[in-house]
Amino acid sequence: MKAVWIALAILLALALQSVTGRFLVRGPAAVDLVLVLVVYVGLTTGMVSGLTVGALAGLAQDALSTGIVGVGGLAKTVVGFLAGAVGTQFIVTQPFPRFVVFFGATAVHAALFMGLYALLDMRQVGNPATAVAGQALGNAVIGVVAFQVIEMLPGAVERRRARRARIRR
Amino acid sequence: MIEVRHRAGLLLVAVVLAQIILISAQVNTQRGVSLLEAVAFGVFSEVQRTIAGGVAAVRGAWTGYVALRGVVRENEALRRRLAQAEVELQQQRALADRSRGLARLLELREQAELTTVAAAIVGAGATPDFQTVTIDKGTADGVKRDMAVIAPAGVVGRVVTTGARAAKVQLLIDRNAAAGAIVERSRAQGVVVGAGDDRLHMEQYVSESADIAVGDVVMSSGIDGIYPKGFLIGRVESVQKSGTAYKRILVKPAVDFRSLEEVLVVIAPAGAREAAGSVE
Repeated sequence: MKAVWIALAILLALALQSVTGRFLVRGPAAVDLVLVLVVYVGLTTGMVSGLTVGALAGLAQDALSTGIVGVGGLAKTVVGFLAGAVGTQFIVTQPFPRFVVFFGATAVHAALFMGLYALLDMRQVGNPATAVAGQALGNAVIGVVAFQVIEMLPGAVERRRARRARIRR
Repeated sequence: MIEVRHRAGLLLVAVVLAQIILISAQVNTQRGVSLLEAVAFGVFSEVQRTIAGGVAAVRGAWTGYVALRGVVRENEALRRRLAQAEVELQQQRALADRSRGLARLLELREQAELTTVAAAIVGAGATPDFQTVTIDKGTADGVKRDMAVIAPAGVVGRVVTTGARAAKVQLLIDRNAAAGAIVERSRAQGVVVGAGDDRLHMEQYVSESADIAVGDVVMSSGIDGIYPKGFLIGRVESVQKSGTAYKRILVKPAVDFRSLEEVLVVIAPAGAREAAGSVE
């Protein structure tokens, strides 16, 4: 059941990425919603889930892009694993530490992704520092907000139910 | 805990190794589009088409309600006419450029009329690292790999993957994209390559004696065999020289890729494209 939810989440992230990509910032500075999902799963469920989701989501993204299948998969596998390791080793429950994790994960992902392409001599990398910083900032903000929303949601539903029950009485 | 970490570590190594093997296989035998890519794109393009249809329906209903139906319809008709006029202008520019080449060579050749298929953009790329869009026309409409995609404003990109009812277009601003280019004023030739953001570079293969200045109009030269000759690519935004050699030539694309909604796929016969390319 959990696997189905994760598969749906990956599909949703891919669909959202392709829809929002048309209207929001484009290029390497654009947010990567799939990466945000991978880091979120890694932080909340651990290393094995993080790397598994990273591998699957990355491969799906690769298959839908014009690049080499496996490069994004490998980068996201490592990021998912590292996010899982951070989540199990440290207490990452406050917005700022989460912001740092998302920001760092994006930087690691960009280094691996661009590094692999540079290694294969297949893309001009240039100086991506500004673009990576922009993407890391966007990913971190979205990641922190997603965490807050997901955590607040069950509480808000409970409060609403309790309020309704009180009114009926 | 140590057991779990050990197992996760082993799994990481296995997954990374598998992907390295996958990458190696593609790098050695990179020919055309892989089956995995074709199947994945075919399935996902349907998802994109459905979502885009839903989004378009909601947007259409909203704009129709807020801005009154008649005004929206009139506006759309005017925009369509303007787009058509701009396409005709582009074609005239291409024809004029072609005629100049013909006159220079004192040789009469058959003029290549462009046959195009209009397509709507239904989705962006699934990753921000590649500049691609999905269009709602595929092999069923005659769209094939490596066909040029243009817009009223100028060159957009080329088709890289096709499905039956959709195709993936690599935008000219993608880092892996390139096109043969010519400066309209000085006839200096070169190659424009995507910078990955919203600019193009033209310093590659530009002769040291070439005359290129800020504000120059850059057009497709047709030598790549993909883009028809004489179509607007953009304008030179900055030129940096190191001695006599061009160090950096930045070109601002004529097309605003962020607001692009509809494009034209050039379904021209290969012979016509080759002929267009050999006139220079």
